[in-house]
Amino acid sequence: MAVMTYREALNEALCEEMERDPEVFLMGEEVAEYDGAYKVSKGLLDAFGEKRVVDSPISELGFAGLGVGAAMAGLRPVIEFMTFNFSILALDQVINSAAKMNYMTNGQIGCPIVFRGPSGAALQLSAQHSQACETWYVHAPGVKVVTPGTPADAKGLLKASIRDDDPVAFMEGELLYNLKGEVPEEDDFIIPLGVADVKVEGDDVSIITHGKMVNVAIQAAQKLEKDDGVKAEVVDLRTLRPLDVDAILASVRKTNRAVYLEEGWNYLGVGAQIVSLIQEEAFDYLDAPLLRVTQADVPMPYAKNLEKLAKPNAERVVEACRKVMYR
Amino acid sequence: MTIDTATDDISMTDVTKAAAEDPMYGVSADTARQLLRDMLLYRRFEEKAEEAYAIGRIGGFCHLHIGQEGVAAGCIAPLRKTDYAITAYREHTQAIAKGIDPKAVMAELFGRANGCSGGKGGSMHLFDTECRFMGGHGIVGGQVPMASGLAFSIKYRELDELVICFMGDAAVNQGGFHEAMNMSAIWDLPAIYVVENNAYGMGTAFSRVSRNGIHEKALSYAVPTTIVDGQNVLQTYSTFSDLADKVRGGEGPQFVDVRTYRFKGHSMSDPVSGTYRSKEEVDGKVEEQDPIAILRNTLLDRDELDQAMLEEFDGEAKQTAQDAYDFAEESPVPEPDALYRDVYREINPNGRLFFDGLDRPDFAK
Repeated sequence: MAVMTYREALNEALCEEMERDPEVFLMGEEVAEYDGAYKVSKGLLDAFGEKRVVDSPISELGFAGLGVGAAMAGLRPVIEFMTFNFSILALDQVINSAAKMNYMTNGQIGCPIVFRGPSGAALQLSAQHSQACETWYVHAPGVKVVTPGTPADAKGLLKASIRDDDPVAFMEGELLYNLKGEVPEEDDFIIPLGVADVKVEGDDVSIITHGKMVNVAIQAAQKLEKDDGVKAEVVDLRTLRPLDVDAILASVRKTNRAVYLEEGWNYLGVGAQIVSLIQEEAFDYLDAPLLRVTQADVPMPYAKNLEKLAKPNAERVVEACRKVMYR
Repeated sequence: MTIDTATDDISMTDVTKAAAEDPMYGVSADTARQLLRDMLLYRRFEEKAEEAYAIGRIGGFCHLHIGQEGVAAGCIAPLRKTDYAITAYREHTQAIAKGIDPKAVMAELFGRANGCSGGKGGSMHLFDTECRFMGGHGIVGGQVPMASGLAFSIKYRELDELVICFMGDAAVNQGGFHEAMNMSAIWDLPAIYVVENNAYGMGTAFSRVSRNGIHEKALSYAVPTTIVDGQNVLQTYSTFSDLADKVRGGEGPQFVDVRTYRFKGHSMSDPVSGTYRSKEEVDGKVEEQDPIAILRNTLLDRDELDQAMLEEFDGEAKQTAQDAYDFAEESPVPEPDALYRDVYREINPNGRLFFDGLDRPDFAK
């Protein structure tokens, strides 16, 4: 195992996939000469040249659409959004073009494209730069959504996403880029889409989550064990579509109680789908209502104290777990 | 005519005057006769579609190209099979021009399994990868960045191909159009962007929604611009032959404002005239600006065509349109299983992709 940051893991994945397949290219704002707004693409311009690492104008709709067109011709674009907040400008090309291409062409034209970049809140970036965008993407059949929470997952899942034949929204986290972790050193380390990972094993309550909240869930599990002697299981979905339903159900059947934790808003959030699914498919195993911990239903405020109140945190997860355990 | 500077709006008269020296525009009589046959087919095909719509064989939206056949014929005929074409939703004749069998187009309009998109696209989403006809897109201007991406792929792979991208005049007010023009210019992408300028975005006259001319929009991104009389298919053909050579030669993108006119309503639910344009205006255009009549008269005047040939061409066109209709009528509707097919290209072995609780055939988990 090598220890590296989430940023380095993504960089390695890009590098390896570009070496493996000459039809993979990276395009986005500041990805080339600037080395990436968050330095994920550091060194790639030198390694692969300006043909394959392309600085775009600030034209999210335009370069997302250009990526879709290139993918229609069979290239495998990786389109970087400086943040997924800006991808809202490009949603037409993702939802109306990429997601529907294979279907409305009757399988003639696929769209093997990855849209990647950070999603969700960092620190005090306020309303327009702090949104978790998963729901908007995962809602549309035709799109796959991947949300790695650790360096190893970042690497293995980005490689799998680039190789996938469908459009993938690959959502990173600004606050994760410096996170260090162990990454397997094997030659071609791939994590297939649709496989969840139990980050912490436990029997008493399931904390199901995705993306950077995995780290919050782990903190909550540690606190529950220390303060309450409760063993919480942390299930990291890793990909939201395809969704590892078996892993969710297996954990709930074991613990009989679950809390969904996500960074975004509550109403029709990812958790809404997951709790619906659990009650449909594991109702008889439940000993308590399913609860969700999410961002407050407000645009993200700037002031530090208000931002803290808006975000989900380990304390709130602990409280929710106590509630479903009737403690 | 080639436009170098952003000047005041240029009238159709200027365009026609600028290039009236040789009525054949250097196009051979054989090619001209073929263009006539093509346009006759497009006209008869669209008339058949209109008839089919009226009796409920075709549903949804249906946008006819009648009056604009010169654009499909003149812009696409000079291209190669390996060149890509991508367009908006007024596309039936462009699809045929790019090589899709009229039967497969009509069957698609009917929503049948052997339509060119398996009955899943309909009038607005015709596709055929073999003919490199890349749709068929329903969001105004949405196809323009995609066209730039197709062109990007050609340049990336260092191929001797190009992309022709059609859009209506209303598309030039969409943000994606401007972003795509800019990127095409900075990266010298091998694409010809064609505004099929029929003067109205649905029911809104272009002059009401833009202070400057269409050509000025592209010129502001330093994309070389030409204005063509789309009702004169020979002028259109000749211009596009030259432009294709330039683009293939690596000179970067080209932009063309093709002046044309729609003889029918915007879609089947829109009357031909009444609210946003007068009956006199439409009648005048049909009388004087019919691309088929213009070419027919040019050829008749020069004894390159006679009445018998004309009747023969028209008879063929009518027969092909009828055959397409009959084929569509006899074609099966898609199997129910097709509903679930091709949502994804790759069904991952792990995880669930569909959440509707419906039973799916084996190919989809």
